Amino acid sequence: MGYENVTQSLTKVIEMKKITKKFGDFVANDSVNLDVFKGKVHALLGENGAGKSTLMNILYGLYSPTSGEILINGKKVDITNPNIAIEHGIGMVHQHFMLIKPFTVAQNIILGQEPTSKMSVLNMKKALKDVKEISERYGLYVDPNAKIEDISVGMQQRVEILKALYRGAEILILDEPTAVLTPQEIVELIQIIKNLTKEGKSIILISHKLKEITAAADFCLIIRRGKHIDTVVVSETNEEGLASKMVGREVSFSVAKDDKESGDEIFSIKDLIVKDNRDIIAVDKLNLSVKKGEILGLAGIDGNGQTELLEAITGLRKVESGEIKINGENITNNTPFQVISKKISHIPEDRQKRGLVMDFDISENTILENYYKYPFAKRGVLQYDNIRIYAKELIDKFDVRPKEESKMARTLSGGNQQKVIIAREVTNNPDLLIAAQPTRGLDVGAIEFVHKALIEQRDNDKAVFLISFELDEIMNVSDRIAVIYEGKIVGIVDAKDAEVEKLGLMMAGGGNE
Amino acid sequence: MIETILSNLALIIGTTLMYSTPLIYTSLGGVLSENSGVINIGLEGMMVIGAFAGAAIGYFVGDPWIAFIGAGIAGGLFGLLHAFACVTFGANQVVSGIAVNFLGAGIALFLSRMFFEGATMTKSIALDNKMPRPLNGVFPDGSLLKIIFDNQYATVYLAFFMVLIIWFFMYKTKYGLRLRSVGEHPTAADTLGISVMRIRYFAVIMSGVFAGFGGAAMSLAIVSNFRPTLISGHGFIALAAMIFGKWKPQGALLACLLFGGAQGLAVFLGQFDFEISTQLISMLPYVITIVVLIGFVGKSAAPSADGIPYEKEHKY
Amino acid sequence: MKLTFKDLRKKIYIFATEKTIGFTLISIFLGLVVGAIFLAAAGFNPFQAYGIILRGIFSKPSYISYTIVRATPLILTGLSVAFAFKTGLFNIGAEGQFIIGSVVATATGYFLHLPLLIHIPVVIISAVFAAGIWGGIAGYFKAKFGVHEVISTIMLNWIALYFQNFLIYTEGFQKPGGETSYSIQPTANMMILKTWKQSEAGREWLLQHPFWKDLLRTPLNWGFLIAVLMAILVWFILNKTALGYRLRAVGFNKFAAEYGGINVNKNMIISMFIAGGLAGLAGALQVVGVSHKVTLIAAMEGYGFDGIAVALIANSSAMGCILAGLLFGALKYGGAKIQPFMQAPSEVISIVIGSIVFFISIPKLIKVILSRKNKKGGSK
Repeated sequence: MGYENVTQSLTKVIEMKKITKKFGDFVANDSVNLDVFKGKVHALLGENGAGKSTLMNILYGLYSPTSGEILINGKKVDITNPNIAIEHGIGMVHQHFMLIKPFTVAQNIILGQEPTSKMSVLNMKKALKDVKEISERYGLYVDPNAKIEDISVGMQQRVEILKALYRGAEILILDEPTAVLTPQEIVELIQIIKNLTKEGKSIILISHKLKEITAAADFCLIIRRGKHIDTVVVSETNEEGLASKMVGREVSFSVAKDDKESGDEIFSIKDLIVKDNRDIIAVDKLNLSVKKGEILGLAGIDGNGQTELLEAITGLRKVESGEIKINGENITNNTPFQVISKKISHIPEDRQKRGLVMDFDISENTILENYYKYPFAKRGVLQYDNIRIYAKELIDKFDVRPKEESKMARTLSGGNQQKVIIAREVTNNPDLLIAAQPTRGLDVGAIEFVHKALIEQRDNDKAVFLISFELDEIMNVSDRIAVIYEGKIVGIVDAKDAEVEKLGLMMAGGGNE
Repeated sequence: MIETILSNLALIIGTTLMYSTPLIYTSLGGVLSENSGVINIGLEGMMVIGAFAGAAIGYFVGDPWIAFIGAGIAGGLFGLLHAFACVTFGANQVVSGIAVNFLGAGIALFLSRMFFEGATMTKSIALDNKMPRPLNGVFPDGSLLKIIFDNQYATVYLAFFMVLIIWFFMYKTKYGLRLRSVGEHPTAADTLGISVMRIRYFAVIMSGVFAGFGGAAMSLAIVSNFRPTLISGHGFIALAAMIFGKWKPQGALLACLLFGGAQGLAVFLGQFDFEISTQLISMLPYVITIVVLIGFVGKSAAPSADGIPYEKEHKY
Repeated sequence: MKLTFKDLRKKIYIFATEKTIGFTLISIFLGLVVGAIFLAAAGFNPFQAYGIILRGIFSKPSYISYTIVRATPLILTGLSVAFAFKTGLFNIGAEGQFIIGSVVATATGYFLHLPLLIHIPVVIISAVFAAGIWGGIAGYFKAKFGVHEVISTIMLNWIALYFQNFLIYTEGFQKPGGETSYSIQPTANMMILKTWKQSEAGREWLLQHPFWKDLLRTPLNWGFLIAVLMAILVWFILNKTALGYRLRAVGFNKFAAEYGGINVNKNMIISMFIAGGLAGLAGALQVVGVSHKVTLIAAMEGYGFDGIAVALIANSSAMGCILAGLLFGALKYGGAKIQPFMQAPSEVISIVIGSIVFFISIPKLIKVILSRKNKKGGSK
């Protein structure tokens, strides 16, 4: 029927016309148009860095557009700050939750529009009542007195949605809402979205995941590198069609990978117990092993002990009890320095926090673990000539751009930063490569590169331990899949036999128990 | 015997209150600024200018309260300067604070020389024009309460009252909630339409006002004039007390009392002909602070966004 | 190639915003302007005042050598603060480390009786070592107990101050009848040509050479040379050695350093030890070169705090510390002269220094001011 025909009879609540946004020379949005209709879900699809969030931050008044105009209910508006957006009934749930961790749920919801008695004194009684009321009305149950830092990510998302509804939002922007949820929680979220549209709310759903767009959205705007590509009716297209529009070429969903016999067990964890920062047991008698020439994927929802497990292996966190062995050697509670010397390399979860010294240049970053060794240092004095030659080699081999070893790490794009880390870690020629969230925030091209690098390690008969919250990635890249839930391995399956539903259930604590 | 002990104890409590007072005001200033996300290492300079303004206005005008408020305004102006750098221009907050310390001391002495015939010491305020002592002569001679409260200046009681006010403001009013939210997660506050800039300006200016009060509590009450060494490190001690008190007004109060108490103890012990040198006793407050920090305080509890300039259109 | 006004403005803009040194120079200029405004508002002629300051620094050989003597401790305390900065630590404790350095130098200089060529090195090394430990304590507290170094160094400053006073009152060290210690042995004295200056031949020669006589009238000593050598050494350590790599990695991003196998705690202690040693060296040189003894002190003398300003103006660069230390020393020495000559408050120097540091804290302001002018220039 076509987009024009389908939408003819609908009420436009938002029109964004020819929106352009520049940051210096960088064009984040280039003449993008977006219409949102009452009671409908409009998806916004594009790769990481395509400009989706920028467009929404403009609608929400966090950025001001370089040019273009916005109409709400047919009237031109000038949204210079979030207050104005809120007044116009726009609410936004950000990808990185905008919650104050030490505050309670209720305090977070009322912040900025606090019910008060005389003299600006907070009226928490009324606040609790209000929160309870809306949470019941939309079926979004939360404990208003719980502190944010103590509740699950799924709960935090509900708080975010409640925050918007508390402000009387008619139009709800959800920015990558499923990135942190379990498959079951995603189903619940889609149900919540449907409830909301039934009540007449309009939803803008930002996502780079095709599945949830086809499951939840009515229409879909596709943008690529800031440019407006197309708006389609979701029921008239399919995942492949959306994908090729998003990336600009045909994409294959599977990762090219040959079958391979795995070898002997090289790395093992036995009855490992690790505590988190709050002194609560995060890894609970965990057992695991990785063989030569295989990729073991660890599936699980964020916050089930993955971070603590990683830090325990790499010597960054104390092990309470249990045993970690590589090549038969016990490395429990070794220092990071010792762990590295036992031929374990690690692509860290947070590349900007752990992986790189952002104020060092590329060449200095390539020697992070080896700076004191010959040929990089001689009698404690750094040999910059040798360091530069080495960095150049790595830059060439791993196609880091720009090809200048004296560029500060800070100035590189996320994908190139990740390439520097991978170059460094792989070149250390480890027996075990641990890759944590190696593709987070990267675009399709960079993701393919990372996956290839991991598979190459495996093909060279090395062990690879992949940790990811993206179930698709785990299923596509791994040979075996272990599922972690509340610090325990709740199941291990061969990747060939894995099914999403089953894994999802295990990730949520159901399943094999 | 017991009587002597009790009266000695009362004496120590009295000196504790006296020495703690300037620190309490100043560390409250620190609490406000840092909870909004702006590190204020310039408290020392703001205290100096407050001490000078208090002494000078007190000398010329003769009214201690006008002088006290004037000291607050003087400190507040330096707070404004700090806010201008840190909030509007995203300055390195530590560097700006160091600058404020130099400027505070420099300008106070400069002005002193201008208004007091080239002297770096202001002329003494007449005894009647100093801060009043509300409980002077209220208690019977020889009673313990008299030992504690007879010579305490109004600034002492006001300081405690201010702790209460600031606590109430921070935890019971909507502006306090907003101020803390800005210090924890400014972007979140911004998305809810809270002006990070306005709140930070308010908080940093108020931190200057309170540091100014702290300086005046020195020059208008404990002594009766301003001189170059009057405020020597008190601002830094107040800053330490604020950190020690885990960025909370009630915590800062306790830390200031601990520090004042150690100083009170040092003064008390100093009057005896001990074998220990008075110099070693004077070290006591500082040693105790370090020991307490090592023993009792875990990792820091600073507001998450403390010290990070907030930029609205930040391209990630 | 005609240089138009617009081109010039653009050049200034680039110089001020893209080059650290350009930005520093502009900040210094603006700081002097603020000082001038204060002087003018108080009814003094700022040009006259700055004239007196300039002449007070350069017009006589002895003035220059006094300036150098004044600058020497500031260069070293500046280096101390800058070194810690590079490892991500804020050393407010240079003050106390300076005190420890000077008191230990005085003690070893007075109590030990050693031959000339051995005595001075022994004095200096023991002072540096003691002050290094004093700084290292703060690093240890941070590494082991998580005590913020800003607080612990503030406390250690006061403890050092009372420690010095305590020693001065100790029998055998206190000079009878005074609130100072005994002076160090002549063998520990590092003044340039000290014995020769007082010898018959020396006095004769100096009488005939007024330039040298004036220059050597001052406590000019080898300290400045040592400070410059230290700056070079610090630069080399930080930028050219594996140790420097470690320290900088910890300073820029301790999480990444830890991940890379670098022992963060150990390096924080090392950094504070070296920083303390540098400040202690300042104290030791002050004793062997200038004061020869320690005196009772009631409040902080400010060498450490001035060192913070020096490090900030130098943008924590080792070589910059030499220049910033000289600038600071010169302003302090020359600035003191406007008091007697024109009754203008010499504290204007603190205002100038404070303003320079203030402008350095806000690079954006200068960018905004200059770019606005640029835009206006462009639209005309």
